[in-house]
Amino acid sequence: MSAIAERAAGAQRTVLGFWIYLMTDCVLFATLFATYAVQRNSTNGGPGGAALFDLPYVLVETMLLLTSSFTCGLAVIALQRRNKQLLLRMLAVTFVLGLAFVGLEFNEFRYLVTEGNDWQRSGFLSAYFTLVATHGLHICVGLLWALVLGVQIWRRGLGGNTVKRMTLFSMFWHFLDVVWIFIFSVVYLWSGRL
Amino acid sequence: MSEHKQAHVSQFEPSHGTVNSYIIGFASCIVLTVVAYMVATSTTISNTAAIAIIAGLAIVQCVVQLTRFLHLGAEFKPRWKLLVFAGMLIIVLIVVVGSLWIMNNLNYRMLHSSDQLQEYVESQDGL
Repeated sequence: MSAIAERAAGAQRTVLGFWIYLMTDCVLFATLFATYAVQRNSTNGGPGGAALFDLPYVLVETMLLLTSSFTCGLAVIALQRRNKQLLLRMLAVTFVLGLAFVGLEFNEFRYLVTEGNDWQRSGFLSAYFTLVATHGLHICVGLLWALVLGVQIWRRGLGGNTVKRMTLFSMFWHFLDVVWIFIFSVVYLWSGRL
Repeated sequence: MSEHKQAHVSQFEPSHGTVNSYIIGFASCIVLTVVAYMVATSTTISNTAAIAIIAGLAIVQCVVQLTRFLHLGAEFKPRWKLLVFAGMLIIVLIVVVGSLWIMNNLNYRMLHSSDQLQEYVESQDGL
């Protein structure tokens, strides 16, 4: 029993450590948000956000990411119930939704660049691409993590550190959705209003 | 053995949510997102009001996700997660508000026409 308690305490420490990492990541995003806020009108004669952003398209992206955050939570609950099938299914849904989000975002970037509105066009676009692509890069890392986690659970079952690792992944994934709320609001929804 | 595993799981994190808690969180996030979107695209709401409402809805949704999905505030004492979160919030506010304040002030002082600048230099008796 004491060995189990010890292990639980160790896992708690890991979770706290990972939480502190997430908070420093918040500071990284805060600097990028500050840069974007300062540069929002520095369009250098080029188009601003209101002319560039397609809000219905971004709403679909937002819903995909929000739903994947929800299914990630369901995966954690499936693990609590020791239901491997449900866990793998929820993890797969989370992965596919995240992949769709990255695909839509990549398509959006490609459209902007082919129209000549790349990151070299203006200070505003530099700040925009840096902020949104940093989030997108985090999502890509999360997708890789989900893939590795899913394959290991599928092959080795729910033993070992599965609970701890699934907890850390779900924290990472939920955190990225929290960051996206602010990208959606500050970058996209405010674009026509500032 | 399976009982031990169960004990391990339940001791590990006291703060995992239930299915209902996740569903309520998810549903309210969808509502908040759609309302924010409708406010942003509406033509009857003034710009200042729209910006304020969108900011308010974003903060509410952030709190919903932090409590329902990330279980912030559900840990036992000492609440280290909450403490680190508060520290992060202070740094973020300093960085964002400070940057906007300084750069807007700089813009205010720098963005004059060359005529105005000339006038200023002359009024100062040269440089």
